[in-house]
Amino acid sequence: MMRTDTRFDAKRKKVDYKKTQFATATFKEQDYPYRLSFYDVPPTQEISLEEFETWAIDRLRILAEIEACSFRNKSPQETAAHLEPLLKKYLPLSSNSAAAGGIIDQRLRNERRKDHYSHFILRLAFSGTEDLRRRFSRVETMLFKLRFQADDSRERRAFVESLNLHWELVQEEEKRELGEQLLSATPGLRRLEDENWFKVEWTRVPELVEHRTVFVRKGKAYVPMREQTSMVLTEFANRLEKGLELTARALPRLDEDDRLTPILNHLSKNFATPDAGYSESDSALAGAPISAANIDNLSQHFPLCMKHLHSTLRKNNHLKHYGRLQYTLFLKGIGLTLEDCLLFWRQSFKLITDDQFNKEYRYNVRHAYGDVGGDVNRRGRGYAPYSCQKILTEHPPGSGEAHGCPYRHFSVDNLTSMLQATGVHDREVLRGVKEDVEKKRFHIACNRVFDWAHKAEIKKVKDEGTWGPAELETIVHPNTYFKRSYLLRNLGNLPKQDVKMEE
Amino acid sequence: MGIKMPESSSPREPSSPARDDDVSLPDAPVESPSRPNSSNQPGVTLEDLFDDNDQDLEEEILASDAANLPSSPPQTAPSSSEEAIPTTHQEAYSDPNLMLQFYSRLFPFRSLFQWLNHSPKPGPDFANREFALTLPNDAYLRYQSYPTADTLRKDILRHNPSRFEIGPVYTTNPRDRKTLKKSSMFRPLSKEIVFDIDLTDYDDIRTCLVDIALREDFGFEHIIWIYSGRRGVHAWISDKEARELDDDKRKAITGYFEVLKGGVQGGKRVNLKRPLHPHIVRSLDILRPYFQQVLADQEPFKSQAGQDRLLQLLPDKALNEALAKKWASSPDRPSSRKWADIDAMAETGVSKTLNTKALLEAKQDILLEYTYPRLDVEVGKKRIHLLKSPFVVHPGTGRVCVPITAAGDMQRAEAFDPLSVPKVTELLREVDQFGSGEDGENKANGFVEDGVTMRKLSDWEKTSLKPYVELFDAHVKTLLKSEMIRVKRERDDDGVTGSDAMEF
Repeated sequence: MMRTDTRFDAKRKKVDYKKTQFATATFKEQDYPYRLSFYDVPPTQEISLEEFETWAIDRLRILAEIEACSFRNKSPQETAAHLEPLLKKYLPLSSNSAAAGGIIDQRLRNERRKDHYSHFILRLAFSGTEDLRRRFSRVETMLFKLRFQADDSRERRAFVESLNLHWELVQEEEKRELGEQLLSATPGLRRLEDENWFKVEWTRVPELVEHRTVFVRKGKAYVPMREQTSMVLTEFANRLEKGLELTARALPRLDEDDRLTPILNHLSKNFATPDAGYSESDSALAGAPISAANIDNLSQHFPLCMKHLHSTLRKNNHLKHYGRLQYTLFLKGIGLTLEDCLLFWRQSFKLITDDQFNKEYRYNVRHAYGDVGGDVNRRGRGYAPYSCQKILTEHPPGSGEAHGCPYRHFSVDNLTSMLQATGVHDREVLRGVKEDVEKKRFHIACNRVFDWAHKAEIKKVKDEGTWGPAELETIVHPNTYFKRSYLLRNLGNLPKQDVKMEE
Repeated sequence: MGIKMPESSSPREPSSPARDDDVSLPDAPVESPSRPNSSNQPGVTLEDLFDDNDQDLEEEILASDAANLPSSPPQTAPSSSEEAIPTTHQEAYSDPNLMLQFYSRLFPFRSLFQWLNHSPKPGPDFANREFALTLPNDAYLRYQSYPTADTLRKDILRHNPSRFEIGPVYTTNPRDRKTLKKSSMFRPLSKEIVFDIDLTDYDDIRTCLVDIALREDFGFEHIIWIYSGRRGVHAWISDKEARELDDDKRKAITGYFEVLKGGVQGGKRVNLKRPLHPHIVRSLDILRPYFQQVLADQEPFKSQAGQDRLLQLLPDKALNEALAKKWASSPDRPSSRKWADIDAMAETGVSKTLNTKALLEAKQDILLEYTYPRLDVEVGKKRIHLLKSPFVVHPGTGRVCVPITAAGDMQRAEAFDPLSVPKVTELLREVDQFGSGEDGENKANGFVEDGVTMRKLSDWEKTSLKPYVELFDAHVKTLLKSEMIRVKRERDDDGVTGSDAMEF
């Protein structure tokens, strides 16, 4: 990171990092004094096309894993642990102290170069739409946070200093003068001596100001050292977002000769959202009695959303369009054949004639299975069963509609009644569900219910070691819920099969 | 100011029946809208402005809907909405003719212009500024903009709005917004930071509290407080740094001041973590003496419901039971006594489980709940928000939204009395009567010494509006001075203008 210049600019007017970013490109060997980087300066050396692609793909792998961990609600420690072997393999970044004598050798330089270049390549690939920019910025910040927290504290401090973020350390005299106020504004701190503060423009820490967690005076916020991480992260995210916007604006004017565009497009397409990775093999249950006649019985294994659809169907002998769609796709996912599915709907819609059914409903079921019409690409497969993400974010149910996610779309009271009606009586669980819903973690609530309902079986497979952690990961898809529930309840019954869920 | 009004102008229309309510008024003071003809100011061409008032027109106006209730603009423009006023006053304050005269003779357009333009020379801060007008028939005209004070004035006179609001400075002229290639090119650029504080009854303490915090904590200087016409005040912060803050920062400032959460129903509205933030500590100190007054004036705990609420907010069950028992035998015990009872009862040791710290903290929270200023949080959060302009007339009370104080002069705020705020009818009367009194030869001439020359007095100088406009002007003067110093400094510092090279 070419920041050595700015360090000596302290007395002159402050250098606008934006200007340095767009400074005339000079082809010089980059000097990477630290493993961490704010990616302020773009790379300027030449690399091969192969390096361009491989480095980017390696980084993408890491970012995709980070996003998946976040969606599965893994804790920071779990994420770090999960990522460690992957980072070592695809994107190693050793600290200065790791090298002999603390001197930055070629190996370190190569690692940092790959990190640097891959970041900027992905910037190109992911600045095109607001959605991509937002996601990219989010995972990059998470990656930075992981690395920042894992860093050697001395190097970290040196790195932060080099950033020249204009953080002025509060001197002893001022600290004493403002002692009482500093203490009141820093919860958990007993003695003034135990902490140090630095002064920044309050606009740099708006969230801390908003929640009154820092002392503010004359436009400056007095931020305790412990908040430093969050400030560095905020700064990182802000700069990245600005950079991405500038990149987005510059994209149309790229002087490109068609070598990079296909690679960049390919990269952005592969940055798929976690739910899209659903494949049919994930839900297949060989030998399980999945038939139209058995759905009522099988519904005991359904997640709440599908239970609700099923019971509404039974109650009204009818379901509205989105409910039918969501349910049909789910049934397809559990392994119900098209034939059986048609039979199921025909039998469930018992109040209408054959003619009516064939005219109004039959075609849509076939369409969902990919048997007719629609996108040629989907012919034969139909649409993918909806993931939790999709159900949560698309088409909220209106009156008379039973689709959606009850954890999200029901009022808390109705949700509780429904849970109780389906056999969930445990007060702890119901309370936990309420909290999850309040925090808007709807799929966590569903998982909570699942874990409670299958408590004994889960304990069994854990104790016996027959199921690994991968098989008990957070459920993010209704079909996963079904499959896992069925398997757990039929542990002795099914022929031994590979229960690994690859997603 | 020789503006000739076209014959067909809207003031001819009687007050719109579209407004809610009420009633006509046999006792309406027969204060007719001021008759320019009766004024004996030589050389003033204002009389030419108005055609002779028809007897018919006058009667029509007097007989029409009175007590026009202020209505929120039909659009969902997030301006502060006024509450409905009980229709005891029968004077037609939003009588279009009254308003027209007010705008024509009294409204300080030039002052407003300089305040919003931040410079005497017209610039984008004014030209690209949105104004929203509420027309007499309740239509709401948004995205109006004007290059100069004069064009603003002309348009206001043309439309004669019952009120108008000020919005942000946009990236381009709001009137041109639809001609832009990309809609994202039209967005708010800057705006004064505003606070809307609801006062259940006017008091300066809360103004003082917010003003102190804004100056001492955030370092803002150019803060002016405007009476909103009835039961609230608006603070307008014109510091350049403040104007340029984005929505996130505004949200942060608003959050910093927010203490009361939650609706009127339900539990505790104040839930502060301890140790208390210095702003809260300071606020408590300022508000504490005022609390007793609130107890006496509002009697919040006197009724059974009020008492129950009080106990609901106290932490110790045994203490609460003891207090309830004591109060059961004296049903009309005043709130201040009940408040004192809390500590007294606590000291008797009736509760073995009493946590004195928790009790103290609960009492602090209660004190804040009843005294801390209530901010309309939505008002300050976004730049696009539109807020009523200073000096417009409040239709319900007829009072002008005058500035209360600026430059942190809290003594002036203390001296402010909402009931002494001039009403538009009084002001117009004062203009007419100016010079017809015995005092002052100067006044009779309508001229005043201005350094070397004699300057003709503006109409507002002849009325009770004078001190308010002068306060406003002084504030604007300070603001402009600091803006010019800043501009000069920036020009010196910035050797090179940054080039906007986009190549990456």
